[in-house]
Amino acid sequence: MSDVIKKATRESYGEALVAMAEKYENLVVLDADLAAATKTGMFKKAYKDRFYDCGIAEANMMGVAAGLAAAGMIPFASSFAMFAAGRAFEIVRNSIGYPHLNVKIGATHAGISVGEDGATHQCCEDIALMRTIPGMTVINPADDVEAKAAVAAVLEYDGPCYLRFGRLAVPVINDNPDYHFEIGKGVQLKDGKDVTIIASGLMVNEALIAAEALAKDGISARVINIHTIKPIDREIILKAAAETGLIVTAEEHNIIGGLGSAVAEVVCEGCPVPVKRIGVNDEFGHSGPAVDLLKEFGLSAEHIAEVVREAVSAK
Amino acid sequence: MDATLIKQLQIHAVKIRMGIIEGVYNAKSGHPGGSLSIADLLAYLYFTRMNVYPDKPDFPERDRFVLSKGHTAPALYATLAERGFFPMEEMKSLRHIGAMLQGHPCIHIPGVDMSSGSLGQGISAACGMALAGKHRSDNYHVYTVLGDGEIEEGQVWEAAMFAAHYGLDNLTAIVDNNGLQIDGRITEVCSPEPIPDKFAAFGWKVIQMNAHDFEDIDRAFREAERVTEQPVAIIQHSVKGKGVSFMEDQVGWHGSAPNKEQYEQAMAELTAELKRLEAEA
Repeated sequence: MSDVIKKATRESYGEALVAMAEKYENLVVLDADLAAATKTGMFKKAYKDRFYDCGIAEANMMGVAAGLAAAGMIPFASSFAMFAAGRAFEIVRNSIGYPHLNVKIGATHAGISVGEDGATHQCCEDIALMRTIPGMTVINPADDVEAKAAVAAVLEYDGPCYLRFGRLAVPVINDNPDYHFEIGKGVQLKDGKDVTIIASGLMVNEALIAAEALAKDGISARVINIHTIKPIDREIILKAAAETGLIVTAEEHNIIGGLGSAVAEVVCEGCPVPVKRIGVNDEFGHSGPAVDLLKEFGLSAEHIAEVVREAVSAK
Repeated sequence: MDATLIKQLQIHAVKIRMGIIEGVYNAKSGHPGGSLSIADLLAYLYFTRMNVYPDKPDFPERDRFVLSKGHTAPALYATLAERGFFPMEEMKSLRHIGAMLQGHPCIHIPGVDMSSGSLGQGISAACGMALAGKHRSDNYHVYTVLGDGEIEEGQVWEAAMFAAHYGLDNLTAIVDNNGLQIDGRITEVCSPEPIPDKFAAFGWKVIQMNAHDFEDIDRAFREAERVTEQPVAIIQHSVKGKGVSFMEDQVGWHGSAPNKEQYEQAMAELTAELKRLEAEA
């Protein structure tokens, strides 16, 4: 596995902003004193006059972004997920969501893989918060390729978008010529007939590894990457439910309100089959190295495989 | 300021006040007190100062207005109607199901530049609009109106810091200092005073004015337009409920609608004032 290229999606975000700046002259970037960490610092360095630091004031930053968008700019407002979606929730709802303004929220350091900073910064609620806002698009890219494609895609879309990026370097899995990103379209990465693992973000790679292990046990697992949690791809989920009869979801987020909930909502209404949710089990995280935390909280290929085996045997 | 223009503005302001009363009465809810206290300000802004185009409400070079104290939407709507963005008749369906005029400002209403109403947020959006203007070297100006109770919101001071840091001299914030908020006198609830000192400390040019004297309003805005490299806060000393005798300086009229008898009395007072002004004009 030494040839696996790893990159944090926050790095991809910073690079993508720089790459898109020439094409979109109305693109401006806002940050709340975290440019070095969110990687908008790359943009700041390359396009100093298009970068505005708002200081440690996320509520105002979201409002400023709303005003910029109302005046025709395309602002990317960046902070950690905890503050972008958490602290500034009500501003995002009322000043960006309600008027449906063309603001892109670039939220980094999402999930438990923040690591050592611990529970106060490990945001596992952002997807739940953001997807309850009418008209908000919520995207959780799996890797470098997808993160960059997501930035490019939201620039072509007129409306509020929440982009979720991670701190931890994760394997690049989408570097193939057939890769295509479309907002709201899930991607089937592997076919299978016994179960479908639906994953998002860094759990997509874990799902692929789990599927390989399961194949050795004679379990045929389909793997679907849902990068856009809202609007969710009902079609690909219902097809998987109908064809495999069992769904296991995997996400780096509280099992309440995130991908698992969104998938369960679709499955319950459209094609009821058992759904098992893997995620953070409604608890706070704590300090530690990201990779160890992911294992501890069951956000690993091994745990996915274990849950799938149990669920398949109960079928 | 020319006496004829003052008379015209006074007439517009009375008509705006009538629109406010009409709207809140028919809605059986809403916020008359703080709407009436900004009627003169809005008449002045929309009829003398702001470049707005009722037939092209989204014209990119227009001046912008954000009603940060969004609960006083009746004042904004009545002003926009008086200015010709839509018929004054719309005031009668304010807050009704299916009506265009929502309880708080909505960006989809012609002439409304920003949705607002959750206090403390409008000033940030106004900062964003002003920043966009600076960024592109556009010449438009951004006005925002805050309540004196509203400035208890922390976000206001984040925005105040931001506006001064970026030298947003194309932004003017008017604080409607009528001294009352829902729970009582602002000085008794959780005092934001001294308001001028606070804005000055945050790097704003502070100007004070009498909110119900057009000569003084004009003096304040003429002074404001000469300020460069910093945002301007105009603290307007106003009377909540101004123009309707029994509503003036009464906290109870912050957020309640008049009954039929009170409505008729308010309209009779305003109609008499209008007739007096028209006779003099």
